[in-house]
Amino acid sequence: MLQNCAIYGSDGVLLDLEDSISMAEKDAARKLVRHALLSLDFGNVERIVRINGRGTPYFEADLAEIVPARPDAIRLPKVDSADDIIVLDRLISQLEVEYKIEPGSIGIQAMLETARSIINVNDIAAASPRLVGLTLGGQDLAADLGIKATKSGLELMYAKSAVIIAAKAFGLHAFDTVYTDIDDLEGLKEQAEMSVALGFSGKAAIHPSQIHVINAAFTPTEKEIAKAVRIAKAAREAAKEGLGVIALDGKMIDTPVVAQAERIIELAALAGVEVSDL
Amino acid sequence: MSYSFVRNSLERMVPSEIPGMGRFHPYAGAYARLDGSFVWTPKALPKKVPAPSANKIANNLREAIERSGLQNGQTISFHHHLRNGDAVVGLVLAELEKMGFRDLTLAPSSLGDAHDCVADAIRKGVVTKLNTSGVRGEVGKVISSGLLDTPVIIRSHGGRARAIEEGSLKIDVAFIAAPACDRLGNMTGSMGKAACGSMGYAMIDARYASHVIVVTDNLVEYPLSPRISIPQYLVDQIVVVDSIGDPAKIATGATRITRDPVQLRIAELAFNLIQSAGYIKDNCSFQTGGGGPSLAVARYVREYMKEHSIRGSYCIGGITGYMADMLKEGLFRVLFDVQSFDAAVTSSLAQNPHHIETDASWYANPFNKGCLVNDLDVVILAALDVDIDFNVDVLTGHDGVLRGASGGHCDTAAGAKLTVVTIPSMRNGVPSIRSRVQTVVTPGETVDVIVTERGIAINPRRQDLLESARNARLPVKDIAQLKTEIEKITGVPEEIHFADELVGVVEYRDGTLIDSIWKIR
Repeated sequence: MLQNCAIYGSDGVLLDLEDSISMAEKDAARKLVRHALLSLDFGNVERIVRINGRGTPYFEADLAEIVPARPDAIRLPKVDSADDIIVLDRLISQLEVEYKIEPGSIGIQAMLETARSIINVNDIAAASPRLVGLTLGGQDLAADLGIKATKSGLELMYAKSAVIIAAKAFGLHAFDTVYTDIDDLEGLKEQAEMSVALGFSGKAAIHPSQIHVINAAFTPTEKEIAKAVRIAKAAREAAKEGLGVIALDGKMIDTPVVAQAERIIELAALAGVEVSDL
Repeated sequence: MSYSFVRNSLERMVPSEIPGMGRFHPYAGAYARLDGSFVWTPKALPKKVPAPSANKIANNLREAIERSGLQNGQTISFHHHLRNGDAVVGLVLAELEKMGFRDLTLAPSSLGDAHDCVADAIRKGVVTKLNTSGVRGEVGKVISSGLLDTPVIIRSHGGRARAIEEGSLKIDVAFIAAPACDRLGNMTGSMGKAACGSMGYAMIDARYASHVIVVTDNLVEYPLSPRISIPQYLVDQIVVVDSIGDPAKIATGATRITRDPVQLRIAELAFNLIQSAGYIKDNCSFQTGGGGPSLAVARYVREYMKEHSIRGSYCIGGITGYMADMLKEGLFRVLFDVQSFDAAVTSSLAQNPHHIETDASWYANPFNKGCLVNDLDVVILAALDVDIDFNVDVLTGHDGVLRGASGGHCDTAAGAKLTVVTIPSMRNGVPSIRSRVQTVVTPGETVDVIVTERGIAINPRRQDLLESARNARLPVKDIAQLKTEIEKITGVPEEIHFADELVGVVEYRDGTLIDSIWKIR
């Protein structure tokens, strides 16, 4: 399975050492993931390793084995406070020095899955320059809240919004949690569309068959792209001519609209859609 | 036994003559005999005029065999429409053994997992020669270990129809399993508890064999209606048995779309390639099988056609319930069904006049006046191994033992405008792209594209496809580069060693020999 994980069209792969690995297999999994990082060609696909939480006996061993294999990022689960991130940052920094890895090159993704983490989200988002993204652990958070996670995910709406707003405020990505029913691609599609609407930058897949559904949701339509391209062009022409006011089809366009258009073009480019005549 | 060998146009050594089977020409190109000048002279078999009879039912199988006049050394045939549920081959071979028959030539349309009994019959000398499209299990091992004195002949479905029509494959007695049959021999596969759908391969046997014995477990009131696959005037005798097969194993063509992510990825890439090359349009025609990524490709095609209001012309081949649904939805106008892959299609075949039962010659015989595959737009095929010359092996396992079937592979590849071979880049850690496949079944000149989950290799003959795939930003790779990439993960497997002893030949659809099969060391 490992040798195939990069071929399915996702932007990144998450190699897990945490919940999907039983206690008896922790050592073997760590070695396997290290070996995969060192020997397999992942192409342009980002390699992220989810290690075990700071409160577990595996936390430091995971880092000692994985960081020297230079993943693109470490995902830390069960983050409760900024302190968790600060400790992780320090350990990664030490290992970077020890293994002569460019300082700061390994990123951190913080996984928020407790009620405490949601009230601390702003501090967490500001805790380290290594942070690249925040993500929500839906199942665990629901358990911590004593509620049942539903397909619509409405019960986690506040938590999702809190994570997104903190991420945007600190220039980070916000990743939505997985949709666990792998047979229900229609439900996944609805949830992924909601992720886009809320402002998530991406969504995790738990099975390769989910990837194209998620990618489709995060890919703007041809109509949206065409409109965005016209707005962006108008903005660039206005800037070239030194005009303070941007106009399209006789209407004034505000700066936020231009920013949104640029975002759509960026999403389109990320999704591999050719955006020409810009 | 020693043979004199010649080198064919693919640089493969093939015998020029097999004692008892006559002379063979070496393969000289997929279309070498199709330029309009080649002449064939069918040799008809003598047939006895039976006394008119109002009841062709024999008391039992033994009586039917005795009355057929079958002799030691003659040729018997079967069809494989009952797939892995077939009980008739075993039933008949057991009776022949009890009756003391020896040295028979067995010429079924194919053999599958239900046919380890054939290996027994070979060991006991009941069967000493074999012509088939495919083999599995014990039969493959028996052949590869050199237990047959005479090399087995592997034929494609179209090639078999050709060989029977021209008389190079003479069938003395055809045993035809029929899921429904009346007292005079009208039969069909689309009714009965062992319903199998089309009887396309058996139609040829019925038409050309000297003697035809129907074996059925479902004798229906005369006349059979509403559908007759093979008419009474071709039938000599009927034997009624308790069961011709296990219905649960007849319906084995995977009707569920694979969940295997590798297969799904291959399907997605194959679909993208076909779509980007502009083949999915009004009046297009398709063939795709039941296994591996095939149905998943069909799903993409179905969704795309619906979304873009495209109406295709026809599908051919092994027909699945999935394709019957597409017919019902109006996505295609006609299904040509030579072989049904699952029981879901039997109701469609019986009730939908646009679901047409097609014989093997109509399907793929290159020497008739226009077989279906000649007009085919796209075919999606599987493979065991491929090589950097785009040659395809669908016969030899990684251990060198025979375990596959020629089927309609080379027929459809030669006929279709776009031939797509889908194959996982590795199986159990063994890479699927070789420098040279062990046994060529389908020549590279008829293969346009090889799709793996790690990239798409396009035959350099097809610059048009190369361009459309690149424009669609598909992961196109040079086949040698793709091979190297895969070997970086798998390593290069050790070569299998074969003995210098011929155990089989692969006949190309036009009757020439495309490759030889060697004894495993």
